[in-house]
Amino acid sequence: MKVLVTVKEVAEADDDFAIEGTDIAESDLEYDLNEWDDYAVEAAVQLAEAGIADEVVTVTVGPERAEETIRMALAKGADRAVRVWDEALDGGFADVASKVALFEAVVDEEEPDLVLGGVQAADTGFGATGVALAERIGFEHAAVVNHLDVDADAGVAHVHRELEGGVEELTDVDLPAVLTVQTGINEPRYASLRGIRQAQRKEIAAKDLSDLGLTADDVESALTITEMYEPESESDAEIIEGDAGESAGRLAEVLRDKGVGA
Amino acid sequence: MADVLVAAEHRRGALRDVTYEAITAGRELADARGGDLHVAVVGGDVEGFAEDVNREGVDAIHAVDDGEEFDHNAYQAAVSTLADRIDASAVVLPNSVNGLDYAPALAEDLGVPVVTDAVGIEYDDGLTVTREMYGSKVETTVDVAGDRFVLTVRGGEWPPAEGVGDATVEAADVDIPESGARVTGFEEVGGGDVDIADADVLVSVGRGIEEEENLELVEELADALGATLSASRPIVDNGWLPKNRQVGQSGKVVTPDVYIAVGISGAVQHVAGMKGSDTIIAINTDPNAPIFDIADYGIVGDLFDVVPELIDEFA
Repeated sequence: MKVLVTVKEVAEADDDFAIEGTDIAESDLEYDLNEWDDYAVEAAVQLAEAGIADEVVTVTVGPERAEETIRMALAKGADRAVRVWDEALDGGFADVASKVALFEAVVDEEEPDLVLGGVQAADTGFGATGVALAERIGFEHAAVVNHLDVDADAGVAHVHRELEGGVEELTDVDLPAVLTVQTGINEPRYASLRGIRQAQRKEIAAKDLSDLGLTADDVESALTITEMYEPESESDAEIIEGDAGESAGRLAEVLRDKGVGA
Repeated sequence: MADVLVAAEHRRGALRDVTYEAITAGRELADARGGDLHVAVVGGDVEGFAEDVNREGVDAIHAVDDGEEFDHNAYQAAVSTLADRIDASAVVLPNSVNGLDYAPALAEDLGVPVVTDAVGIEYDDGLTVTREMYGSKVETTVDVAGDRFVLTVRGGEWPPAEGVGDATVEAADVDIPESGARVTGFEEVGGGDVDIADADVLVSVGRGIEEEENLELVEELADALGATLSASRPIVDNGWLPKNRQVGQSGKVVTPDVYIAVGISGAVQHVAGMKGSDTIIAINTDPNAPIFDIADYGIVGDLFDVVPELIDEFA
């Protein structure tokens, strides 16, 4: 079977950052593979190593800059990659439906049996693309999966969904399916030197809207960010000043007052 | 088209609190648009749940008697059908694990935008949602085009609906197609030797500890204070501590007398599990870390400098 993994390059803000207009200043952002997607890639590669998946293809919506991140996923064991970008996507804030339109077109080309993606992206935190995609392409789905056991012969994925409060839901999902993967489902590997070398030779197919048979209308976003600001701190904490020794001394007093360590 | 539809959430026989919060958010939106507030209860003890959600501000309750537990297929079919039947302008759902298991598909089904994890809403000529980005470092306002949408609301941001309402209650007939995803059971995780929910004092460790071998340092602190060791999610994801030590939304909710957060930034999912602690102490290098927003005492500093000194104080 073929596994398609959605991989996002996410931006993380430095501790000190400036806001320019409706985004954080480019110079204060670091880019990296989305943490949740790292687990999704690992889950897919493990399926390949177990002989369940024949091919693992990643798909990323992002500009050329994202290729460094895509190479990371390839170095960890994905076979090849598709990168979708178009100037129509530049600058705006893509809504869920427009990302789904792009992924739908790639699914039509690749015809995967299983689509894996992270539960959410660390930067925008929507947590919606996978489940919306499943609806669009007529796949089954499960969100927030923290245990995965694929029975390819039976065409079923046995999953656990991580609910709130230390409870897991056990669910059987018919394939083809989209699963959103939670952190902790596995231990994502570090790319080996050999993997990194091999990744340089793996294909990253760049596609724009017309390659996918889409137009700018298909990715017109219903969402516009109108403001971005740092939330006002609601802190009324007593900040204990001084060097490590002084502040530890004061904190020890506080703790003893509360009867701790007495 | 001004009415708002909220869907209740329940698990293993009990409504979840986020239901009442979503009702409050739904009422706010219905008021802004001059519409009625409808609540759907799907599956389980629908009669009992209908009584539970009949709180002030609810105008109509629709009971869909199908199945016992949450099933995204049934929820999507029920809410989608009801939204069209009452011509709802908005569907408001809890931003929970189950909410996110069908809200995006529902929006796709209805052909409307979805905005998740709202912490504030305003409706003037259109909807403006306040939500966080970049791991809670910033807030944004997002304008939503069109007058119909699906919204999920973060837990703990709206007060729960209270009082007793005088809503109409009716059984709703909905055609629910067969599902290709079947719930076969539930599993409690994180039993084991220690129940961190019983501890009076917790030393809780987060990503700031950097390496597994550094855990010795916080173990030593917990010993010196007679405290129990707990952790935030990344420590458990890495397999450095077992799941029964995890504090947060998907782990344990704890309310100790003293909670000492060491190298924990205070992501919303973590805070949901410990904000009820009597006294919260935070040690973190980043002065902007959200953990300081809920702390009573804070040290802005490197845990590798502060913790050894603190251990010495109690040695």
